[in-house]
Amino acid sequence: MRIAIEGGRVIDPAHQADTVTDLFIADGRIAGSGQPPAGFAPDRRIDARGRIVCPGLIDLCARPREPGQEHKATIASEARAAAAGGITTLVCPPDTDPVIDEPAVVELIRRRARAAGQVRMLTLGALTHRLRGERLAEMAALKEAGCVGVGDGGRAIASSRVLRRALEYAATFDLTVFLTPLDPELGHGLAHEGQVATRFGLPGIPVAAETGIIARDLELIRDLGVRVHFGRLSSARAVELVARAQEEGLPITADTAVHHLHLSEIDLSGFDSRCHAIPPLRGLRDRDALRAGLASGVLGALCSDHQPHEPDAKQAPFGDTEPGISGLDTLLALGLRLARDGVLPLPALLERLTWGPARILGLDGGHLGVGAPADVCVFDPGAEWRVEPDTLHSRGHNSPFLGWDLQGQVTHTLLEGQVVYTRKERV
Amino acid sequence: MSATDLQVDRQGRLLHFLTVEGLTRRHLTEILDTAESLRGVAERRVKKLPTLHGKTVVNLFFEASTRTRTTFELAAKRLSADVLNLNIATSATTKGESLLDTLRNIEAMQCDMFVVRHAQSGAADFMARHVKPHIAVLNAGDGCHAHPTQGMLDAFTIRRHKPDFPSLQVAIVGDILHSRVARSLIHALNILGAGEVRVIAPRTLLPAWVESLGARVFHSPKVGLREVDVIVMLRLQRERMERALLPTEQEFFQQYGLTEERLALAKPDAIVMHPGPINRGVEIDSRVADGPRSVILEQVTNGIAVRMAIMSIVLGNHARPIEEDA
Repeated sequence: MRIAIEGGRVIDPAHQADTVTDLFIADGRIAGSGQPPAGFAPDRRIDARGRIVCPGLIDLCARPREPGQEHKATIASEARAAAAGGITTLVCPPDTDPVIDEPAVVELIRRRARAAGQVRMLTLGALTHRLRGERLAEMAALKEAGCVGVGDGGRAIASSRVLRRALEYAATFDLTVFLTPLDPELGHGLAHEGQVATRFGLPGIPVAAETGIIARDLELIRDLGVRVHFGRLSSARAVELVARAQEEGLPITADTAVHHLHLSEIDLSGFDSRCHAIPPLRGLRDRDALRAGLASGVLGALCSDHQPHEPDAKQAPFGDTEPGISGLDTLLALGLRLARDGVLPLPALLERLTWGPARILGLDGGHLGVGAPADVCVFDPGAEWRVEPDTLHSRGHNSPFLGWDLQGQVTHTLLEGQVVYTRKERV
Repeated sequence: MSATDLQVDRQGRLLHFLTVEGLTRRHLTEILDTAESLRGVAERRVKKLPTLHGKTVVNLFFEASTRTRTTFELAAKRLSADVLNLNIATSATTKGESLLDTLRNIEAMQCDMFVVRHAQSGAADFMARHVKPHIAVLNAGDGCHAHPTQGMLDAFTIRRHKPDFPSLQVAIVGDILHSRVARSLIHALNILGAGEVRVIAPRTLLPAWVESLGARVFHSPKVGLREVDVIVMLRLQRERMERALLPTEQEFFQQYGLTEERLALAKPDAIVMHPGPINRGVEIDSRVADGPRSVILEQVTNGIAVRMAIMSIVLGNHARPIEEDA
């Protein structure tokens, strides 16, 4: 299959390219841009005039809920949502049921994802057996089975001794370690420890629940030199800590979830369970510092932290609801809103969604250079849409952005040179 | 939609009573004045008014409570309503029924008012969001968030003894962090224009941003109780020790318990309040609890009149729009 994507504004952050041109694809890979390669005759032409053509998005944290919670969503349902959101690669953390701590689970997810098509679903293996934070998981076997890294699955390892061993062991096999810094004890709460939690009588999660763990982890990393990625930062002080460690030369990267850049504790008003997230939505100052961190590159990736839920999971008093936000559908459009608001230039935003996460993962992808896998996202930057249950492709409709008018809509998504999503014009 | 928008209609009338926060002085004064006029009912030979005749009030208690439930029940009965008591702490939800299902089932029994107590902050709010429009929801305590009828009965009791609010100094002592009573009372006093609201507690029992509620923070009763007109002691739950918030009950009593010596720091005519049930020797000395300055039992009596007032105001506001539609 040879495809020509014609007349679009091609933004390829990895090569600092931003020009209106044609992009050529053959045999699942990028074959060139500008002038067609010799003898190139496209089987299909995609008219991209007025649209932006960029590498397919890479989402560092999305939970398709399968295996284990198929009543919330499935690999097939969320693969469709990813494709519709321009996402071609997503990383599934190891807190599935069963936990990704043995090759068979990696294989199961790969098989289901392959059957679903539409998205490249990568897995993180567990750092510890059953994610219990006690014994090491078989990380070498997990790597051989295809895991792109190992992680704590959303719960920081309480024991510094176990964490240190796990970091050493992971480094032995050249695995990047993906940590979510939230103290399991201090992080036990429902909302940011701020004015809103005080008024609402909700148990607070202090910023120190995040920064205390980061500070500890940084000290371990300083000793060991292991590559660590901190996922889902939520506070200004966390950004500061990471920035300082990066300046110092520690091999660390970090990301944040896009909802933390648009919402704050104030959005919990009315006990809105759709804003129940872990880490919690924090203060406006934190939101602004995260925005600045994304712009400066301290936060090298922007992710969805996609956590789809069935309606019942959010239909209860705040404290009885499950945390998490469905985010695949809105990742790109909410990102574009940041660029429109002047938080960072459009190419930089797209870098945090493509080349940035690709580098963190050590992937051959996330760019449009000749020979790269032809994972491509074509979107209409001006197309307006309203976030509503029937405009969401994810099975999880638990979005705090319902009712928001966003700009930017994916028209085509290509995965390894195959068109896996085409937007149907609504009549 | 915030709680305020949820409980007040466009004409500013109360449709539910979920929280004191966000209400106006007019709302609160109407409740207090109505309660004043209803206070006499209990002294009559026939302790009943026909106000809610033909209405059904359901007490939906997801958390055990005797006192609050009983006073709500009495309030409804004195207004001639039919009352149904459901203690769900031990029934349906433990069988896995969701709160929404429970709500739909009771709604199907054609009731007019839900009085809800629940261990989760925001539970009454959640109920009000999901009930049919003709049903009124009264919050009888949700988690650590609000206990607005208690806040109002406390304000009512204070007003009866100390009507000059601008010069009023009120100290609330004890576990503010977990206290829905404290939150509701702080809001009520501030809305009614009280001179100063103080909270006195160790830092472990204070919410991180307690000043933002409109209270001045003291850690020492020696300083905080000085020259106050009203002292409100809060109940200390025993599990606070296990959760490493306090070392022992003894130390708490030594540092914060209300004794006659500490009471002497307040104004000579200061009153002592407690939402009950009291822990003698933990937060309050028996001599103070039973002493001449204590209005603790009067609070219980006033609770009935205040709850009658709130029930009649809220259901009255529900009746009107329906009549207009007909």
